[in-house]
Amino acid sequence: MNLDYKRLGLKVGLEVHQQIDSDEKLFCACKTKLFTEEPQITFLRALRPTQSELGQVDAAAFFEFQKGVKILYEASHDTSCLVEMDEEPPHELNREALEAVLVVSLLLRAKPVDEIHIMRKIVIDGSNTTGFQRTCVIALGGLIKLGEKPVPIQHVGLEEDAARKMGGKGNLRIYRVDRLCIPLIEVTTAPVLYTPEEAEGTALAIGKILRATNRVKRGLGTIRQDLNISIRDGALVEIKGVQELELISSVVRNEVRRQLSLLTIRDELAKRGVNPNGVEEEFQDITAVFRKTKCKVIREAIDNNKQVLAVNLRNFQGILKTELTPSIRFGTELADVARFWGRVGGIFHTDELPAYGITQEEVHALKRATNAGQDDAVVFVADISENAVDALKAVTMRAKEAIKTIPQETRVAKPDGSTRYMRPRPGSARMYPETDIPPIQISHEYLQRLHKDLPEMPEHRLQRLMHDHGLNRKLAKQVSNSEFSNLYDTVVKNSEISPTLVAVVLTETVKALKRDGVEVDLSDAQFLDLFRLVEHGKIAKEAISDIIAWLSKHRGATMDEAISTLGLDTLSLDKMENLIDTLIEKNRHLLVERGEKAFGFLMGLIMKRVRGKVDAEKVSNIVKRKLEDVL
Amino acid sequence: MSGKHGYRKRARNLLDEAEVEIGDIIRISKGEETYEGALIPRAELSDDDHLVVKLKDGYNIGILVTEELTIKKTGKGSKPKFLCPPPPPKKSSLPKVVILSTGGTIASRVDYRTGGVRPALTANDLYSVVPELSNIAMIKTEILLSIMSENITPKHWEKMAQQISAHIHEGTNGIVVAHGTDTIGYTAAALSFALQNLPVPVVLVGSQRSADRPSSDAATNLAGAVRTAANGPFAEVVVAMHETVSDGSIIFHRGTKVRKCHTSRRDAFESVNALPLARLKDNTVTMLADEYRKRDGQRRLTSKPLFDENVALIKFHPSMNPQIIKWHVDKGIKGIVLEGTGLGHVGSQCFADVKKAIADDVIVSMASQCIWGRINMNVYDTGRELLKIGVIPLADMLPETALVKMMWALGNTENTFEAKQLLTRNITYEFTPRSVFSQAGGRKNES
Ligand SMILES: [Zn+2]
Repeated sequence: MNLDYKRLGLKVGLEVHQQIDSDEKLFCACKTKLFTEEPQITFLRALRPTQSELGQVDAAAFFEFQKGVKILYEASHDTSCLVEMDEEPPHELNREALEAVLVVSLLLRAKPVDEIHIMRKIVIDGSNTTGFQRTCVIALGGLIKLGEKPVPIQHVGLEEDAARKMGGKGNLRIYRVDRLCIPLIEVTTAPVLYTPEEAEGTALAIGKILRATNRVKRGLGTIRQDLNISIRDGALVEIKGVQELELISSVVRNEVRRQLSLLTIRDELAKRGVNPNGVEEEFQDITAVFRKTKCKVIREAIDNNKQVLAVNLRNFQGILKTELTPSIRFGTELADVARFWGRVGGIFHTDELPAYGITQEEVHALKRATNAGQDDAVVFVADISENAVDALKAVTMRAKEAIKTIPQETRVAKPDGSTRYMRPRPGSARMYPETDIPPIQISHEYLQRLHKDLPEMPEHRLQRLMHDHGLNRKLAKQVSNSEFSNLYDTVVKNSEISPTLVAVVLTETVKALKRDGVEVDLSDAQFLDLFRLVEHGKIAKEAISDIIAWLSKHRGATMDEAISTLGLDTLSLDKMENLIDTLIEKNRHLLVERGEKAFGFLMGLIMKRVRGKVDAEKVSNIVKRKLEDVL
Repeated sequence: MSGKHGYRKRARNLLDEAEVEIGDIIRISKGEETYEGALIPRAELSDDDHLVVKLKDGYNIGILVTEELTIKKTGKGSKPKFLCPPPPPKKSSLPKVVILSTGGTIASRVDYRTGGVRPALTANDLYSVVPELSNIAMIKTEILLSIMSENITPKHWEKMAQQISAHIHEGTNGIVVAHGTDTIGYTAAALSFALQNLPVPVVLVGSQRSADRPSSDAATNLAGAVRTAANGPFAEVVVAMHETVSDGSIIFHRGTKVRKCHTSRRDAFESVNALPLARLKDNTVTMLADEYRKRDGQRRLTSKPLFDENVALIKFHPSMNPQIIKWHVDKGIKGIVLEGTGLGHVGSQCFADVKKAIADDVIVSMASQCIWGRINMNVYDTGRELLKIGVIPLADMLPETALVKMMWALGNTENTFEAKQLLTRNITYEFTPRSVFSQAGGRKNES
């Protein structure tokens, strides 16, 4: 489906967040890394929504507090201290991180502020132990060019990353605080991106500038985009946590499609004459229907003294199975709000039944019990009474909204480019000053110094790679866009190895491995090592891919282990000559028979035995020489 | 209060010329740059060269005031009208609790417009900020003091003790005193000596994270304090704080045994050389101490609220100049608590001046700077020598409690002999006769 996005009035604004590769965290001296072992420290907290001067609290936050939502935090001694635990005031702002953001600001032609004021932005889903995120504006107003189109940058900020969500169930959420307080650059564009491609292109352009500084982290999870998307007649929806730049255009396309589908549903409901007052909060206990059910989920719930509660959405038959985007149906939207507001595992609805072990007879019975006719859809949940009621309240509320409008909400991006409901859009940002950290003044002299030493801009770099390193345009572009861009420079600067080979390995080889499901995870030092070995003829360039794959799968293993496990020790010239002699002897008459084609045949035989252990070019030279004697 | 909070000199003049008040929307132009936002107060101790504005997206920035800078007022700031949600219905069947505040912020709300934090002090305010209170007790509030806890003196202890006894005489089920944590231990010890024969609990409560943040321990501590003041089975002066870094339980430390042992953690307070008195978990109070004074509404309170400030706590350290002792004696001090090393020692350079002090009728006593453990001055020659000079060993009493007790003893009698007797008599669990082993040596297990 090709849409005319400009006609639909699509507007996208971007917030690019990228972790800074500083030694220490933004407000303490902890290392900026994560841990994978079992946590050494855990603690349990509740966050209380602070009342504002006007007596208002964030509705969703207050609801969760009333429901007694608790947060279990996990920590390790290595990656967090009392600051992340909110047991010690923040230390001073990390200067290395600040400088990285100032450099980005200057590259984006934004104007640094005279005095930085750190703010507390209230966030009480548990992802910050304090209940707020520390954030500040470093520079205002900037510009990047997307082809001929100028894209205004609204602000460049510096903030702390949040804790990582590790799971949760019912009233408990689990967060890991290792990521908390890692410095993040935030770059915000004006909402002037009018197509999915413009949105993605702008994000890529910003990403390139960030990487050009050589001061940001790389790898999955180190860059995250938030998107503000709206279409005419639709709603402003905030999508959080797009983890890959290449995903942005599909996220935008999906969201437009979702909103268009919701508008179609709205019109269909209007045609059916459904109005919001017709959707009643009338819940029926239908546990009796499932006394003997074969449905595992319901069986287990009933065995645990939970109840099955149902609501009849009159005239909604078929709506719930309407596909919004390839992986999302309207029923999914209902299930997501039920999960958020009702803390239930999910919902059942008649649009998808019989299924899941629920029989046709049970469907009939539950329809009877809820007075549902042919045109109706029944939604039900199995949980403790309080959760079931909250879940169905959310479901009816969402159904009512569908009749009128598309709700403004915050959604979270999934790796496949789809999005799911996260929470209602919070009201205007609640920010107040972080009084524990004094304001920081940026001197004119300091900025001038940074100005003099700005890193190379991406376009300039592209030219240099083509002219000085002899890369073709495609490869030069790939290298520039790659997360390994800086590593490429280091390798080429420090070795005699062909820049083209380095470029191919760091872009195409890595990409091919990722396509095969290898999560490439080598340190810069390991890559340097690898290229040095190739340079000195210790391994053949054909072996590079296998070694990268092996090292990625065996974290913590050494290069030597990789080489010996894979049997990639290079063959000595003597041994290879012997091998070639033996093969020629064995196949002498075949070779003579084939004449001119003998070379390819013999190369095939040899390479089958020595691939990866020796450079193919060397083999070919020896074979040519020896064959001359034979033929 | 002036309308130009914190602004002075050129910044102030520019604001005055443009007739700008805090909260007004202003446009600031400087060369090619313009900024628009609401004027925010400048922190008192900041420099004079910057204007602070809140931008439309909520962020504050500081703008350097230069010669070319101009200000134009573009909008009037809306005055924050505080709309207190209607208070929940009062439940007259609930126990009555009086909350006295002394200056620490136990509950507050934030004005996101200016960044100001406004304390909630009245009962209705507290009900609306900590709504669970309305199911726990009928609350009466009184603002006793509005000072930082490091500025609290024995005069304030006297005032607190008098007010508390007045409320108890009027009839209440318990008292809560909201107090800054820095000196809450001293105040708790003072009230323990001043309020004897208590019929109901007196619970001092503080917080280690300010009340404006969602993660604050203030509301949980307060609710725990009020619940225990209302229903707790004991009638003693205690300090109520988090037991651990988690939000699960509130622990009640005896006023004479409690010490702040960490600068910032929620569980900064410890009972030293004793078990805590009680714990509140899942809304239930469990007593931890074997022996305690039980709640008894019929018991008649004895109030002895007088303190003599003419007492010093002197910490011994290597190379300490004994002139410090001499200076105090010359100034007419009445009592000295030496915070000695180990089992209760000071260097021999101090002996002569200690001797002179005692000869001048100054009471000199000894507590240990080890914090944990008991004084024993019979083990080494230094100790024996000091005993012979007339220094009074104070067993396992905390140095801070010893200081407060000395002030109280001298406040109650002019007679040195009687004061010495009071000092060594166990009045309110300040001495523990047995040193019971505890796993972490009394200290927290810092794994
Ligand atoms: Zn830390």
